[in-house]
Amino acid sequence: MDMLRLVNLGVEVEGRRILENVNLYIQEGQTYVLFGPNGSGKSSLLMAVMGNPKYKIFDGRIIFKGKDITNLPTDERARMGMGLAFQNPPKISGVKLRDVLKHCAKLGGTSDRMEEYVKMLKMEEFLDRDLNVGFSGGEVKRSELLQLMLLNPDFVMLDEPDSGVDLENVSIIGEAIRVLLERDKPKDERRKAGIIITHTGHILDYVDADYGVLLYKGRIVCMGNPFDLLKDISEFGYEGCVRRCLRRF
Amino acid sequence: MSEEILKERLEKVGIEMDPKKRSGSFLMLDQEVKTVSKFMEGIEIMPIRKALEKYDWLRDYMGEAVRKDEFVEEVEKDFNGYFIRALPNAKVEIPVEACLYLAKIGKQRVYNIIMAEEGSELNVISGCVSHPKAVGMHIGVTEFFVKRNAKLTFTMIHNWSEEIEVRPRSGAIVEENGVFISNYVLLSPAKLVQMYPTAYLKKNATAIFNSIVVAFKNAEIDMGNRAVLMEKGSSAEIVSRTISKGGKVVARGHIVAESPEVKGHLECRGLILNEGEILAIPELEAKCPNVDLSHEAAIGKIAEEEIFYLMARGMSRDEATATIIRGFMEIDVKGIPPALKREIDKAIELAEKELL
Repeated sequence: MDMLRLVNLGVEVEGRRILENVNLYIQEGQTYVLFGPNGSGKSSLLMAVMGNPKYKIFDGRIIFKGKDITNLPTDERARMGMGLAFQNPPKISGVKLRDVLKHCAKLGGTSDRMEEYVKMLKMEEFLDRDLNVGFSGGEVKRSELLQLMLLNPDFVMLDEPDSGVDLENVSIIGEAIRVLLERDKPKDERRKAGIIITHTGHILDYVDADYGVLLYKGRIVCMGNPFDLLKDISEFGYEGCVRRCLRRF
Repeated sequence: MSEEILKERLEKVGIEMDPKKRSGSFLMLDQEVKTVSKFMEGIEIMPIRKALEKYDWLRDYMGEAVRKDEFVEEVEKDFNGYFIRALPNAKVEIPVEACLYLAKIGKQRVYNIIMAEEGSELNVISGCVSHPKAVGMHIGVTEFFVKRNAKLTFTMIHNWSEEIEVRPRSGAIVEENGVFISNYVLLSPAKLVQMYPTAYLKKNATAIFNSIVVAFKNAEIDMGNRAVLMEKGSSAEIVSRTISKGGKVVARGHIVAESPEVKGHLECRGLILNEGEILAIPELEAKCPNVDLSHEAAIGKIAEEEIFYLMARGMSRDEATATIIRGFMEIDVKGIPPALKREIDKAIELAEKELL
């Protein structure tokens, strides 16, 4: 079944074109990894799919579960089963993590799993803290994944879940992503799909993604096996990888 | 006046008239004392006039903690009010409630004295409220005396109608090792509120002021807190959250260090919703070396980025905005009993609808 379809998508921020002619087709059960240098538009792509009003769509459409959601507000997208773990979430003082988690669990129908997930992501001490205020890099990532696990979305977007995270935390985060994307289920039983942005590729040690995509200067230039793509990028750099891809086609 | 309106208005300012939840109750309607009851040992509660008759020494306290001005003088001419006292070493966690209700009189003049004797602990919730559509002025003088090793928590919730002018005049003298915590909540329309309560702190005494204030359209609010650190080891913390929804706010704060080895921190944060004016004036004044005073002040808006973040968690735009505003008004009040915290939360909840 179709999960997400981006058709000729063009996105601009404050009048500047960030993404152009992006086409992507993700089916349920599939996990994509999105590679690309800084400023290539990776985060912008996820922001646009989630419906951040700052990211204006000047061209193309976003189809989610067969429905055109190009102009749908963010909360309705979330209620349709879309979830985003932010790379740099805002700090909101006075708003307790516990209250946001409760809200997520209510929407995701996961209230009975709250305790288990909180424990799994080692966030017991943070429940009565203000959202992201004074959280370390790893704590922010764990908090984001915890919220997403409770939200229980069908389509999961993770913006650099492994950046700035130490080795011990990477394994916790990897485990959480496996649950989110049902990677421990047999292939034909997986219903969830997702996109993971990663710089280092560390997360691939824990999550065996199905496809890799390379975003370069606002366009998708390569697609293929994520492990091969990562190998090419580490060996030849982004530009070298792009040249090799272009030669192949 | 119908009992229902009265009850509904009282509940908005945390007055429950329930002996199970309060250690004492006081209700004054215009200039007339309607209810005085005490449900627990260790405290005294009576109309101020009666207290002045009963205790000769009380007159000596009058005017000690409050600086005289035209409004104090006006109250002195003719007043009523309450006298609440915790007896030495009495620890009464359940709050005493006191309500000043303005129904039809043009000017309500109030004189209150609250006293926490040595080693005692006293919690007072004071609700000031007016009848819907009432027009007039409320002048309330309140003097606090916190004796050695005593702790007094005073929470005042105001709920006025659009045509009321309010000029509280209050001051606190906090003796050695005493703790004075004052919380002020104003989340309803008022025409004018002007006040600048001051705490005078002796050796190792502490004062904490927290204010949550909303100014609706046409309201003029000029309020702040002042702490005078008179002796070694005294400390003060003044925190305010002001929201303007069309009204004008002056948010003041002033910490004066008159002795070395004192500590004070001032925090004013303001939020303007749609339109309004906020002027934040934090002042630090040191009259000697070796003091530690600091302040932070900020006026902002609700960030779109925060709204988007919460919407990505499935909250509607309104829910997200309400959550952020509630967070803004959330102050981690140290040492406040849960019953009082609940009243503040309730007042905030009631105000939320009007803020959106």
